Amino acid sequence: MNSKETAVLKATNINKYFTDPVKFQVLKDINFEVKKGEFLSIIGKSGCGKSTLLYILSTMDTSYDGTLEVNGQRLTGRSQDELAAFRNEHLGFVFQFHFLLPEFTVLQNVMLPGLKLGKYPAREVEERAYAKLRLVDMHEHALKPSSKLSGGQQQRVAIARALINEPTIIMGDEPTGNLDKTNSELVFDIFREISRTNGQTIITVTHDPDFAMGGDCIIEMSDGAIISHGYEAKI
Amino acid sequence: MNLKIAYNIAQTHLLTKKKQTLVAMLGVTFGIAMFIVMISFMQGVNQFLEDSALDASPHVRIYKQITSDRPSLIEMVNPDGFNVVHHQKPKQELARIKNGLVIARHIELQPEVRGVSPQVSTQVFFNVGSVPVPGTLAGVDIMREEKLYRLSQRMKSGSIEDLQSNSNGVILGRLLARKLNLKVGDKVNVTSSTGGTALLRVVGIFSFGIQTVDDARGYVNQPKVQELIQKDANYITDLHIKMKDPMQAIPFGQQLARQYDYKVEDWATANQAILAGEKIRGVMTFVVSFTLLVVAGFGIYNIMNMNVMNKIKDIAILKATGFSGKDVIAIFMIQSVIIGLLGAVLGVFIGFSLSYMLSITPFNAGDFLAIDTFPVKFDLKYYVLGVLFGIITTLLAGYFPSKRAAKIDPVEILRS
Repeated sequence: MNSKETAVLKATNINKYFTDPVKFQVLKDINFEVKKGEFLSIIGKSGCGKSTLLYILSTMDTSYDGTLEVNGQRLTGRSQDELAAFRNEHLGFVFQFHFLLPEFTVLQNVMLPGLKLGKYPAREVEERAYAKLRLVDMHEHALKPSSKLSGGQQQRVAIARALINEPTIIMGDEPTGNLDKTNSELVFDIFREISRTNGQTIITVTHDPDFAMGGDCIIEMSDGAIISHGYEAKI
Repeated sequence: MNLKIAYNIAQTHLLTKKKQTLVAMLGVTFGIAMFIVMISFMQGVNQFLEDSALDASPHVRIYKQITSDRPSLIEMVNPDGFNVVHHQKPKQELARIKNGLVIARHIELQPEVRGVSPQVSTQVFFNVGSVPVPGTLAGVDIMREEKLYRLSQRMKSGSIEDLQSNSNGVILGRLLARKLNLKVGDKVNVTSSTGGTALLRVVGIFSFGIQTVDDARGYVNQPKVQELIQKDANYITDLHIKMKDPMQAIPFGQQLARQYDYKVEDWATANQAILAGEKIRGVMTFVVSFTLLVVAGFGIYNIMNMNVMNKIKDIAILKATGFSGKDVIAIFMIQSVIIGLLGAVLGVFIGFSLSYMLSITPFNAGDFLAIDTFPVKFDLKYYVLGVLFGIITTLLAGYFPSKRAAKIDPVEILRS
C-alpha cells in the first residue's frame, strides 16, 4: 500500500507493435514503476524502443497494449481530449529540438500552458512564468521573440514552460541531445534541482552517459525490453 | 476562457503573416464587393424596367377583341365530318365596350382600385406635308389620365391643362413630335382609318421614356376622337385600370373577366418579356455571385491549408502541452472567421463605393429608355446577404483545414 502511494507512474505489461511495413514488436512486456521525486533516465541503443516507450508514457501515443497509470489514475483507454487536459495539468515536456512557438515571446511561450489550464488569472500566470524563467536564468530575455534565442537558451525556456503548471512528472526526449557541454550541464543542474527541491519526478530518454549517471535511477533497454533497472548505474 | 487563448494565438498567427492574411482577406473582399455590385445593378435594372413598364401601362386593361379566335361553327357541331372552311373572317362589329362609362363608374367604386380611365383609341395618320406618319390617338379625359399616369410630370413642354381648355388640342409623344417636326403651338392634320380628318393644335409634348409609347401616341379630348371616327359620345374602346397594389391586378383582372364578356389583360401578361428578363437576370446574378464566393472560399481554403502545414510543428507542441483537438480547431477557425469578417466589412465598403460610382456613371440609352445613369438599387438586404454569404463561405473553407490540424498526431511530428 505504501509503495503504491509513492509510485507516481506505473506501467504494466506494455506491448507495442509497428505494423508498417511488416508486423514488428517494438516493446516487449514493459513493467516498471517510478517513485515521486525520482530522476529516472532511460538509456539504450538507437532503435531499442526507448523513445517509443517515452511517448507512450507521455500519453500522446495511445496505440499500445497494457496499462499505464499516472498519479494513481488509469490513463489507458481515455479519449484524446481527456488526455490532453491531463497532460496540461500533470505532465511537462522538454524535447530534443527545443520546440518553442517562434511567433511568440519567451514569456508567452511559458505562459501558454498555464493560461490553458486556467487555474490562475492571467496576471498570476505571468508572475509564475517569471518565477520559472528566473529558475532557468532566462528572466532577462522574457520579452524577446523566442526565435531570437540560441539553442541552449531555447531549451532552458522549454524547461520553464514544462514547469509552469507544477506538473507531477517532467519528461525529456534527449533534452541535451542538441546542446554543447556547458549548456548540457546547465540543463542537468536544473533537472537535478527540480527533482530534489520540488519533489517532481523526471523521466528522460538520453544518449548522454554523464547525464544518466547523475540521476537516481537508470533503465537500460535493448530490443524493446528492459534489461536492467537499477539505482546503481552501471554503464 | 479557452477561447480567449485560442483567440490570442490566432491573432498572433495572423499578425506575423500579414501578407498572407491580407491576400486571403482580399479574396473575400473581392467576392463580396462583386456580389453586392452585381446584385445591386441587376436589381436596379429589374426595378427600372418594371417601373417604367408599370408607369406607362395600365395594371388592367379591358377591351373588345374583334379578331375571332373561336373554331368554325361547323367544326364544333360536326367535329368528325369532312369540313372545308377556309379563311374564316370575323363578322363586322364595333370595337366598342357597351356601357363602357357605366362599367368604368362601377369599377371605380371597388376599394382596391386607384383609378379608371375610359379611352377611345384609334389608328390614325399624321400628315406632315404629303407624308402620312402612322400613330395612335387616345381620346381621354385628361384629368383621369393624370390620376393614372401622372402625365403632368412627364410633360417635356406645354401642360395638360391646355388640352382641357382647347377642344382641338393634342399632346404628342416626344419621338412622334420630333418625327413630325412639331412644336407646341403648331398645327397638324390627322386622318382616321374611316376617312375622317381633323386639324389639331399641339398643346404639349410628353415622354414616358418608352420608345413604343413616345413614338406613336397622342392624347386628344374624348369628344374629338369620337367626332373623328363618327361615333356617339358613349363610344368607348378601352378601360385602363390602376390598382392601389400592382399585385392585386392579377386576381382582380380574373374577376373582371368573369364579370364582363370582354378581353381583360393584366400588366404581368402584357409585360411577360420584362418579367422573363427579370427571371433570367435573377438566375444569372445568383450563378455569378455564387461562383465568386466559391472562388473566394477556395482561396481561403488553400491559404488555411498552407497555414496548417506551416504550423504543423506548433500544433504538435500545443497538443503536447495540453491543448485539445477542439482548441486547435478553435485557433484556426478563429483565424478564418477574422479573415472572413474583415474581408466582408471591406467588401461591403468597396461594394457600396463601386455601386455608388456605377449609379453616377452617365449612361446614354438613346431614345429607347429615359435614363441618364446606370440604374442601381441600394438595399440593405444585399449587404447583409453579402456579409452572411462571406462568413458562411469562410466558415466552411476554414473548417476542413482546422479539422485536419486537429487530427495531427503530435508523436509523428515531434519524433521526426
